[in-house]
Amino acid sequence: MELSLEQKFQDKIDRDERIEPRDWMPDSYRKTLVRQISQHAHSELVGMLPEGNWISRAPSLRRKLGLMAKVQDEAGHGLYLYSAAETLGVERDTMFDQLHTGKAKYSSIFNYPTLTWADIGAIGWLVDGAAIMNQVPLCRCSYGPYARAMVRVCKEESFHQRQGFEIMLTLCNGTPEQKAMAQDALNRWWWPSLMMFGPNDAESPNTKQSMAWNIKRFTNDELRQRFVDMSVPQAALLGINIPDADLKLDEETGKYSFGEINWDEFWQVVKGHGPCNKDRLAARVKAHEDGAWVREAAMAYAEKQEQKKLNTIAVKTA
Amino acid sequence: MNKNLPLYEIFIRSKNGLHHKHVGSLHASDAQNAIMNARDVYTRRQEGISIWVIESKDITASNPEDSDAFYAPAEDKVYRHPTFYDLPDEVKHM
Amino acid sequence: MANKDLLNYTLQLADDVMILGHRLSEWTGHGPVLEQDIALSNIALDLIGKARNLYQYAARQEGNGKTEDDYPYKRDVLAWTNVLLVEQQNGDFGQTIVRQFLFDCYHYYHLEALSKSNDEQMAFIGAKSLKEARYHLQYSSEWMLRLGDGTEESHSRMQKAVDDKIHYFEELFIPTELEARLIKEGIAPDLSIIREKAFAKMNAVIQESTLVLPEKIYTQQGGRDGKHTEHFGFILTELQFMQKTYPDMVW
Repeated sequence: MELSLEQKFQDKIDRDERIEPRDWMPDSYRKTLVRQISQHAHSELVGMLPEGNWISRAPSLRRKLGLMAKVQDEAGHGLYLYSAAETLGVERDTMFDQLHTGKAKYSSIFNYPTLTWADIGAIGWLVDGAAIMNQVPLCRCSYGPYARAMVRVCKEESFHQRQGFEIMLTLCNGTPEQKAMAQDALNRWWWPSLMMFGPNDAESPNTKQSMAWNIKRFTNDELRQRFVDMSVPQAALLGINIPDADLKLDEETGKYSFGEINWDEFWQVVKGHGPCNKDRLAARVKAHEDGAWVREAAMAYAEKQEQKKLNTIAVKTA
Repeated sequence: MNKNLPLYEIFIRSKNGLHHKHVGSLHASDAQNAIMNARDVYTRRQEGISIWVIESKDITASNPEDSDAFYAPAEDKVYRHPTFYDLPDEVKHM
Repeated sequence: MANKDLLNYTLQLADDVMILGHRLSEWTGHGPVLEQDIALSNIALDLIGKARNLYQYAARQEGNGKTEDDYPYKRDVLAWTNVLLVEQQNGDFGQTIVRQFLFDCYHYYHLEALSKSNDEQMAFIGAKSLKEARYHLQYSSEWMLRLGDGTEESHSRMQKAVDDKIHYFEELFIPTELEARLIKEGIAPDLSIIREKAFAKMNAVIQESTLVLPEKIYTQQGGRDGKHTEHFGFILTELQFMQKTYPDMVW
């Protein structure tokens, strides 16, 4: 019996083979990937803004270089991801439009403000820590270009979390004022970091299909749990407190149970009404619009050069 | 008018003696611009010493639907591989 | 006893690249094309990296426990001796490119000569940065062409940028008193030779970019004496914010 395309596709996935751009794939698989990869790319791009904020105010040359290199990496990662999405037949400019018009989502975490230098430490430690947790399994995602982009991203990103933790550690070993700054940053970034893993499994209807397609390897709650279990001892090492009265070690499982996430806040921010959503989008739109004349000029120049080349050939062959 | 910059595929040779390897793509207005962009985007960590760029639309690819006809016939041609031939152990290094 | 001239010269070179790097870093996250966002950050990293090498060298010369951070983070406006060009605001991408291109014309040939300095450390820093500056010059020259000879709009933007910025070019080639002494000692490169090469390069690229220089150039100078533009105080306000708010803490 001839297998349907759909069955052949699923068999390939089940054998843990990779799907490449020109292979047949169900429309819904393509759509899911475009949505996920472009959201991921947008998150990298918008993610440059809260940290970029502090490049001009970084407290030392070493910190300034480290932060700039990190924010630059995020631009690079956005670029790798847009490239991966483009192999599915959607252009970068189309994805930009979706971001700029508010149609596409990006990680809600970047809609919170960076108020002090400690926020740069907290973002590196927690936000990048959560991101790595999400991203490492994606290196084995069934879609080849996405998986390869993620391998590159993960390799480059390994210094980001270390940088953040080092900043936190320096603050916690510093003056009481500095330590208070670190505690305050943890207070503000902890819950939004937990929200980065997305809604609870029960509220996440797409998870099952994404896992069947090997796009997702673990559920939101599984990853969130791992993140909490990893972060609690790190906070202890820093000597600062995670702002959750319900946080408790379950001796039997070795896992921490934790308090209820404020999902109203999560959905409010996701839907565009967090503290910085409007500023973040406005900054991206401005950068893109201000760049229009540059892109047009570069294309016009390229066309002129091409024309000149053709003219020379015409003269030579005449 | 808002023209999209064309897409280029980027190939990097990590060191002499190795092939150029596809690393990803980027947008550029022309080939020279693409090379500079590739240098800035794909060699930030000393990944390469030589760059090739080609506009994505200029690549011709084989059709995945042909893959059975293209590649399966090579499967049973075991005589193309050295282990197909039996030699006594005394013949070393061949 | 440290050579005061050498120390001040080290700081002068450091201040130029520190401030230009700082300005360029303001683009990170806001570039006109994602690829250029990354490219501008690369240049900024190169420049601040060079500043760091030079400030470290200055600290070693002083040998009194000073660190690389003391110079950028603890000096007020009048103590900085960078040229006025580098502190100019970013403006649009074209303004940034013209500022960068003019500096690169000087920087590349300056480093080429500095790499042959009688001072071993200067020669070392010069040679290291020369490779970076060669790329910067290539990058900014390529963009001069694309924007100058692109569309009508880009051409007029670039012409305006050249008209605005060219008055800050000459200052790079006016030796300070200490520089004149160090030129004699073979430590600092002879600016007159560098000027010739830099102007030739500048003129060639401007012409190829279909741009023109204004008929009269009104040289603006003062940075080398600590007489900066009004922008400068605001650069320091951001740069030194942490140091001023939390003096002498480790970060």
